[in-house]
Amino acid sequence: MATDPMAQIRASFFVECEELLESLQDSLSALQDGSSDSETVNTVFRAVHSIKGGAGAFGLDALVAFAHRYETVLDALRAGRLEVTPDAVRSFFQAADLLQDHVRAAHDGTPAPEGAEAVLCALETLIGGPAEPEASPGFQPVPFAFEPIPLALDFDAPDDLPAPARWIIRFRPADALYASGNEPLHLLRALAALGAAEVRCDTSDVPALEALRPDAALLSWRITLPGEIAEEELREVFDFVEDVCTLEIGREAEAAGARPPAPAIVAPQAVTSVARPPAVAEAPAEPAPPPGPVERRATPRETAATVRVDLDRIDRLVNLVGELVINQAMLAQSVAEAGLPPNSAVMTGLEAFMMLTRDLQDSVMMIRAQPVKPLFQRMARIVREASTAVGKEVRLHTEGEATEVDKTVIERLAEPLTHMIRNAVDHGLETPELRLAAGKAAEGVISLSAQHRSGRIVIEVADDGAGINRPKVREIALARGLIPADAALTDAEIDALLFLPGFSTASQVSALSGRGVGMDVVRQAIQSLGGRVTIQSAPGQGTRFSISLPLTLAVLDGMVVSVADETLVVPLASILETATLAEGDIRALGPQTNVIHLRGAFVPLYDLGAELGYRAPKPSYEGGIVLLTAQEDGSRAALIVDAIHEQRQVVIKGLQQAYGRIPGVAAATILGNGRIALILDTADLVQTATGRTRIRPLALAG
Amino acid sequence: MSTPESPSAEVELLSFRLADEEYSVDIMSVREIRGWTRATPLPHAPPHVRGVINLRGTVLPVVDLSVRLGMAPVPGDSRNVIIVVQVGSQTTGLLVNAVSDILSLPRSALQPPPELLADEEQSFIEALTIVDGRMIRVLDLRAVLPDQSAEAA
Repeated sequence: MATDPMAQIRASFFVECEELLESLQDSLSALQDGSSDSETVNTVFRAVHSIKGGAGAFGLDALVAFAHRYETVLDALRAGRLEVTPDAVRSFFQAADLLQDHVRAAHDGTPAPEGAEAVLCALETLIGGPAEPEASPGFQPVPFAFEPIPLALDFDAPDDLPAPARWIIRFRPADALYASGNEPLHLLRALAALGAAEVRCDTSDVPALEALRPDAALLSWRITLPGEIAEEELREVFDFVEDVCTLEIGREAEAAGARPPAPAIVAPQAVTSVARPPAVAEAPAEPAPPPGPVERRATPRETAATVRVDLDRIDRLVNLVGELVINQAMLAQSVAEAGLPPNSAVMTGLEAFMMLTRDLQDSVMMIRAQPVKPLFQRMARIVREASTAVGKEVRLHTEGEATEVDKTVIERLAEPLTHMIRNAVDHGLETPELRLAAGKAAEGVISLSAQHRSGRIVIEVADDGAGINRPKVREIALARGLIPADAALTDAEIDALLFLPGFSTASQVSALSGRGVGMDVVRQAIQSLGGRVTIQSAPGQGTRFSISLPLTLAVLDGMVVSVADETLVVPLASILETATLAEGDIRALGPQTNVIHLRGAFVPLYDLGAELGYRAPKPSYEGGIVLLTAQEDGSRAALIVDAIHEQRQVVIKGLQQAYGRIPGVAAATILGNGRIALILDTADLVQTATGRTRIRPLALAG
Repeated sequence: MSTPESPSAEVELLSFRLADEEYSVDIMSVREIRGWTRATPLPHAPPHVRGVINLRGTVLPVVDLSVRLGMAPVPGDSRNVIIVVQVGSQTTGLLVNAVSDILSLPRSALQPPPELLADEEQSFIEALTIVDGRMIRVLDLRAVLPDQSAEAA
């Protein structure tokens, strides 16, 4: 299957479909935002039309049928017979979603999605009922164009038409023509390329099947061509086969002799030849792409030149660059150990090498980076479906669609984001009645934004709903035994309860939620990407979830520290500050725990060496170095290390999950000396830290 | 891995020493043999997991085979070696005291081990054989290095 050229063409058709669907979504969004210029409408039409065309070529009938009816309605829009109304746009969106499902179904070979009929009917009522082919003037019933039209049409029909001085070519291949590997079809196509050819095949010599000699040349052709073509051109076509066929080239008058033109007999073939676009008649055996009636109006879109590359190859490149970075670090270390003077040629060369490596690495990372736009478009669909399901009016506002993120991050973000969007529609926004009562517009707004912020990407999902109902959240947490009855919680702490496993505020189980998958899953997914998620909420004004992610999963800026002879890397992003502990900074909290006193606040103290099991807790931490880290809920933790070595970029290497997930360890990296150092996940580490801390009230939410 | 469809009459084993005993593995599962490198310990890992080492840019977990089989840990000095084996899709380093020999034996020379339930270690042994009067245990690597999903806590 893999070597099948058809399968390859098919695969590239589906890739194209993805692109077309994306531009369809884009233009529909533009329509929704009030831009109704002809170019936008044309883009919409063109996208659907192209999908239909390609689908026809692959015999994807269900897809063709759907796209055809969709296109018919869009054609009315294009012709100005249909107004762009919010309702119409909504129907277009629904149809676009279904079109996507159809494409996917065709791709996977699964049955066509259900519900198509309802959407199509809704669409067609926009233009006043199901469209007959006549209802769309100028529209070619293109599906016909894809049926291979046999060459042997009408061989009983009269063989000439009244046209002055047309060329008549009689062409009868001999056996030797086939034996020498020639193919009459190519010759006929070559002729058709010269002008509007009319080709008839004479099969009268073909015997009954029993008598058929399969290798015998039995067919002959009669080709009529416009008289303007030079005879040399015609002869040229047959240049290589002249000696293996019988060829007669002559003007019609001579060939047809005195036979009078018979206009009446034209009628029987009119049916086929009129319905057929001329392009098809010219190349009869080739399912040509449909002639796009829009092409002449379309201004050529400016598309940047792109190359499609297998992700595997990019990954290999990323890995190699990672190796290079490690090697460069090793080299730097040996040069430093050799004690060469700083201005020596080796040192200067090494510095240039380091800069090049860094540039190379950035460029390679850029290859993997992709805009979040397709992800956001998927979310737009989720909003549409979710809002219909719960009967709310919702508008999705997106921002920063061009923000580029590592491809892996995008892929793994889809699920948590879908969940958050559904939550926003279902729980975040109020019903239209409640909104009106609260003096808001009936239509709720969910905004989805992406931006780069200091080396990380921040994705925010915000709604303008009622905000988190904190008393209710607290009540539920109490009822489920998640918090003690007398717990005094701040607003932020209550909000953080939403992330507890199995928590759900929906008092009714709706179509969207209440399936036992909660925000804890979202948080897990984000954490596995090295990210954090936080909530901000204001009563009556809405809720905002912020996801902060590393830009890439391949490199990281880290601080190299050592603890009990082990070298560790702490992500720079998680470190707020570093400090040396002086006498009196450390206060005992319980029999086994300490806090440090830092600018009026108490921060729990953790010994990294003890937490990771490298050593027993030290008798005294006076003079020790601490890294002050921030948790996603804003709380801080101080981690004792033995020494801080340097800050540097490290290449992230996945730990084979052979021995389960190690709490507090995110990944590994290879240091300049070739040794492996573990990269810490401080939030996770603190969360699972044992022994030296008492159970904090919010340890679960931390 | 030996090809399952045609069990050849000959079998090649890489034999090595753990404490004072001789063990061996099918040479087809051995990728390479490396000198001792200090492994980076993994926190909270089972005791037989010695840590991870850098194998040309990939992170390779190293298992102390001696501990895994219920014996005293391999000391970890320059005389010890790490045998890099592949089981399924997993590549793992096995820390052993020393590699001794490559043995080429007819398959018929391998005997199934008697069933003695007292030893936990025994289930790791696939076969026994005798070479020059020494008993050599053939390890079942799939049992020694179970699938990660089974091991993941």
